[in-house]
Amino acid sequence: MDIHEYQAKELLSKFGVAIPRGGLAYSPEQATYRASEIGGNKWVVKAQIHSGARGKAGGIKVCRNDGEVWDAADALLGKRLATVQTGPQGKLVSRLYIEEASDIDKEFYLSYVMDRAAERIVVVASAAGGMDIEEIAHNQPETIIRVTVDPAVGMQAFQAREVAFGLGVEPDLVSKLERTILGAYRAFRDLDATMVEINPLVVTKTKGIIALDAKMSFDENALFRRPQISELRDKSQEDPRETYASDRGLSYVGLDGDIGCVVNGAGLAMATLDMIKLAGGEPANFLDIGGGASPERVAKSFRAVLKDKNVKALLVNVFAGINRCDWVAKGVVDAVRELEIKLPVVVRLAGTNVEEGRKIIDESGLTVISADSLGEAAQKAVAAAKAATAKAA
Amino acid sequence: MAIFINEHTPVLVQGFTGRIGTFHAQEMIDYGTNVVGGVTPGKGGSTHLGRPVFNTMKGAVEETGAQASIVFVPPPFAADAIMEAADAGIRYCTCITDGIPAQDMIRVKRYMRRYKRDSRMILTGPNCAGTISPGKAMLGIMPGHIYLPGRIGIVGRSGTLGYEAAAQMKALGIGVSTSVGIGGDPINGSSFRDVLEHFEKDPDTDAVLMIGEIGGPQEAEAGAWARDNMKKPVIAYIAGLSAPKGRRMGHAGAIVSAFGESAAEKVEILKAAGVVIAPTPAEMGSTIAKVLAGQRKVA
Repeated sequence: MDIHEYQAKELLSKFGVAIPRGGLAYSPEQATYRASEIGGNKWVVKAQIHSGARGKAGGIKVCRNDGEVWDAADALLGKRLATVQTGPQGKLVSRLYIEEASDIDKEFYLSYVMDRAAERIVVVASAAGGMDIEEIAHNQPETIIRVTVDPAVGMQAFQAREVAFGLGVEPDLVSKLERTILGAYRAFRDLDATMVEINPLVVTKTKGIIALDAKMSFDENALFRRPQISELRDKSQEDPRETYASDRGLSYVGLDGDIGCVVNGAGLAMATLDMIKLAGGEPANFLDIGGGASPERVAKSFRAVLKDKNVKALLVNVFAGINRCDWVAKGVVDAVRELEIKLPVVVRLAGTNVEEGRKIIDESGLTVISADSLGEAAQKAVAAAKAATAKAA
Repeated sequence: MAIFINEHTPVLVQGFTGRIGTFHAQEMIDYGTNVVGGVTPGKGGSTHLGRPVFNTMKGAVEETGAQASIVFVPPPFAADAIMEAADAGIRYCTCITDGIPAQDMIRVKRYMRRYKRDSRMILTGPNCAGTISPGKAMLGIMPGHIYLPGRIGIVGRSGTLGYEAAAQMKALGIGVSTSVGIGGDPINGSSFRDVLEHFEKDPDTDAVLMIGEIGGPQEAEAGAWARDNMKKPVIAYIAGLSAPKGRRMGHAGAIVSAFGESAAEKVEILKAAGVVIAPTPAEMGSTIAKVLAGQRKVA
């Protein structure tokens, strides 16, 4: 789960990471009020969306007076900001963060990730801050410092010092930097984060060390014990199709195609999307209905997939093990009837009682097409979607 | 022989008396698994499904001599249950539970390092369908009847995609020695490489099907290990060809976040390591058949 920059900063500051003074604004009027509250003569107006690379997309504006703050806020609020990470549809800007501008002396990169090879938390730092990590790895790989944390004892002060000296700060700043590095580590560990990225972490001309930008993501499996983190979820930043499905306990990822998919099991769902692509079609979504393809879950899944108006055909692929195919087939037929689905529905069942399942599908009198194999199902769904497109045109 | 479990292996069920534990324990008993009891803290001394219930794993192992366990404990307590099994001297444990926090799994892996490698419990999962040695024993939630007993090992991250493979193989008359689920989580008990090592040593396994997916370094690592250490052929399918970068595809671990983690990149890495790639998920069985036919010709 992702959160906004201002939320990440607020969390990090509780762990001893210094941040610039700032405040949240929902309107141009509030934005100017925040600026006057902060004082000074230079502010940064920052669009709060769940994405990096906001600066290049025009989402971050430096302002020198009230009028500029107002204009920047007015231009950003309510707009969909498209960055290289969000894709062309962009994300809605409904909150702004107004911050005092900082006099930057040096910029560093500092992040914490769950390293899957080491199976530990790894700290990654570089003196080449301001760029994203892919750029740093490409242009200045020699500047990258990596420190692995032993989970039994946590990050040690000497490890933080290693990073601090590695970044090449002046000796009188090392202890301050050490506190920042350890603090952000504790935030990662104590809040069940999967990623913390402070980029840039800056040394100011007055020898302060502050997080100028911050990003945090959290382990969804750990949210049950982090209620304060769950509350930071902002549904306006999510694909509405995904919000609808996840609120109903379904694992769904929206894609750009026109074949809606309903599959049990994440691996089989990915494989089904692959088969559709190989058959020349484009899937509209990934959807894992989870264990036990009960009639209720099948109906719920159909509703979620049909929220996407681009869907022209549906493909149901269920490997019924413990649950028998005839039971799943009945669930599919009932759902198609109840939801009055007019789109072509291709159903492929495999596993226990497959013959009985097919019989129920074939004798339902509905426009449901049955398929024997994964390959056949994908081909039939692609053909059905193409026919529907041709008819519409 | 099979790996990890056979018809004699005495098995404990952790989370025995819960709804899910009960259902699958019965299925395992019906399949012929030697289930000797289970653990539910607070219910020790009672009998469930005709088997004794214990309060602690240590007590259960002392009483029954169990060597393997299966974990159905809910996510907040699952990591604790795994460590309890390791401490009680269980040799092989599979964890079915989906939804364990990643930092809990980091702790489990660190905790298990306190045991010497040769006395350390082997853990597979979490977030998997378990392990089955067809015709012998089932330690999992899979439909047992779709597996034909035979000489091909299966190791995969996904449950239903593993079923798909087993069913394709059965239709072609190809049987399975053991099928092992390593689970869809980013941090898991055993990697592909770990399981390949066991299959390579198993005299009853002739070849291995590896079913991978996007995300993480384990498929590539397994490919390199197989190239340098395996005599048996490895066939692989990698799911997620069409998955967009940076999106989590159902499994907590199925996300492309670094170079070499996409399906296309993994396929290239594995091919270069001499692994035979099943080009589509519909051709897992037929690709194995081709490899086996080729072997017979050579022999």
